[in-house]
Amino acid sequence: MLRIEDLQVKIGDHEVLKHIDLEIKQGETHILFGPNGSGKTTLLMTVMGYPQYTVTAGNIFFKGEDITNLPLNERAKMGIGMSYQRPPTIHGLKTRQMVEICAREKIDVADLAGKVNFTDFLERDINAGFSGGEIKRSELLQLMAQDPDLLLFDEPESGVDLENIALIGNSISRLLQRDFHVDPEMTQKQKKLARTKMGLIITHTGFILDYVTADRGQVLYDGVMSCKSNPQEIFNCIKKMGYEECVRCSN
Amino acid sequence: MSKIKEKALGAAEKKAAYGPDLDLSSFKHKAGKHAYKADLAGIPEAEKAGMADAGMILSGEKRTGSYIQMDHSPVHCSVREEGVEILPTMEALKKYKGLKDYWWKAVDVGADKYTARTELDFHNGYFIRAAKGVKSLFPVQACLYLSEEDISQNVHNIVIVEENAELHIITGCTTAPHLERALHIGVSEFYIKRGATLTFTMIHNWGEEVAVRPRTAVWVEEGGTYLSNYVCMKPARSLQMAPAIRLMGEGAVTRLNTILVARKGSEMDVGGSVHLEAAGTRAEIISRTISTGGNIIARGLLVGYEPGVRAHLECNGLMLAESGNIRAIPELDGRVAGVEMSHEAAVGKISQEEIEYLMARGISEAEATALIVRGFLNVEMEGLPAELKQEIDRVIAESGKSLM
Repeated sequence: MLRIEDLQVKIGDHEVLKHIDLEIKQGETHILFGPNGSGKTTLLMTVMGYPQYTVTAGNIFFKGEDITNLPLNERAKMGIGMSYQRPPTIHGLKTRQMVEICAREKIDVADLAGKVNFTDFLERDINAGFSGGEIKRSELLQLMAQDPDLLLFDEPESGVDLENIALIGNSISRLLQRDFHVDPEMTQKQKKLARTKMGLIITHTGFILDYVTADRGQVLYDGVMSCKSNPQEIFNCIKKMGYEECVRCSN
Repeated sequence: MSKIKEKALGAAEKKAAYGPDLDLSSFKHKAGKHAYKADLAGIPEAEKAGMADAGMILSGEKRTGSYIQMDHSPVHCSVREEGVEILPTMEALKKYKGLKDYWWKAVDVGADKYTARTELDFHNGYFIRAAKGVKSLFPVQACLYLSEEDISQNVHNIVIVEENAELHIITGCTTAPHLERALHIGVSEFYIKRGATLTFTMIHNWGEEVAVRPRTAVWVEEGGTYLSNYVCMKPARSLQMAPAIRLMGEGAVTRLNTILVARKGSEMDVGGSVHLEAAGTRAEIISRTISTGGNIIARGLLVGYEPGVRAHLECNGLMLAESGNIRAIPELDGRVAGVEMSHEAAVGKISQEEIEYLMARGISEAEATALIVRGFLNVEMEGLPAELKQEIDRVIAESGKSLM
């Protein structure tokens, strides 16, 4: 379980997140909505453990442990993984090596890459000249190898062409143990109980909702968390009335 | 007196265009003799480790031939493949009556005091020749070894790759473990004939106070290829070199890769120039330099004389310490319209963003840094036999560990 309590975060002198409370129970996936600059990426980066995001108050608990001051790599080892929107290129480091690093044990990289149509990129430097969609598939491949318990997705559908959106949506669904087609015999309740993975997904377009079921939607507006509800409902509200109205009605 | 001697005498005090000036009189010009070993296994154990670190295989396995010189004495010279000839230069001069088409032709004896010194006080070196059409399977290995304190070793090497032949040479220059200060001057003249290929890999492992002044020039004829890989992970006190490659025949190609590290106290002035003199010639100069506190000047010069020639230059420097200095000086000189030449240069420290990206996948900051440095040094060396590539990777990995 991830539990965030009264979290306040600064970047430099600028206060970005204010009194954030959030709880993602085991097996749950939440969708995070919000306009540009509202602090969505900041929240993800803070949970991941980026030191530039200074926590000035509050705590983050993961699997019962206070990880507020834990370094990035320790959080990764505990089972937190992130899909980046614009990851850096590392020259001379092959995508294959990167996947191996994520896996931390011997795996069949080519087989895994095949699942996201990425076999041809394994010998290329990680992120070097990758298109928007290629970055997403590379990030998914790394997360598949890492297999974290809490997955943070920063706009997984941005820059992806329509042809690949299904591939990406379904892969995320699988990572979050939400691919319902696996065992049609299971009841909803059984599926829910069998699920252990947690997800927090930032989306702008909402396209991802066509592929990934989520338990809850939230709106982050100007650094304040508001509007907990069914994600599709929130999305429809935002589409119809815009963020400002949507936040007002919920408050 | 011969014209060459005369010219050498005239240049005996001439400072080099680049690099700190060295006082040649502060080095000993006489060295003790080392016994010749007909069998590579006879090389003293104490010297073997250093030679192995410079890429030598002392069983002679997977090598077309070997030449080993300690200080001023050739201590081993052998060939395993037909069509490849290896001799100490002095013997080759006798056998081929002064090597008049090759001796001080590509390199000007009067260039500076170091070339002059090599003529006036000449301590052998290697002569390697691949006969017409011969394609050697394994590399020839040559090791120039310094073991006597304060000595000056002035060698003159000649390499001739005859028409359509293919030759790989791996040269290891290194010093005895106890040795601190010495001077190595290496004049190298390489002649690559029509359609021939020379892959020349040089691995330098120097003692801390060693000064090094290689003077290399390469002539490449029509359809010929010269591939050079220079790796220096154990830097010298002072190194200055600027090999000059002339692509003289149509379609000649060259690629120069340099990977080097400068630690605190090191002065490394390294570069290369390529003259694209004929139609359809192509060149690429790539250097990756790391300063852990030392000073580096990374030069590169491309000169295009014919329309349609293509060349690219890349100088990247990584600064791993707060002190130290890397200056990248890429130069392009187009002498005619229609040349296609470009360069890129970048100097900086390791990006925090890259380190954090790797850490977010579960590895430590130190591991992440090591991976990024290793990636930085991972230059694609095309045309390199897998075995040599492995050797270079091994040298980089070994010395890379001590960088962190």
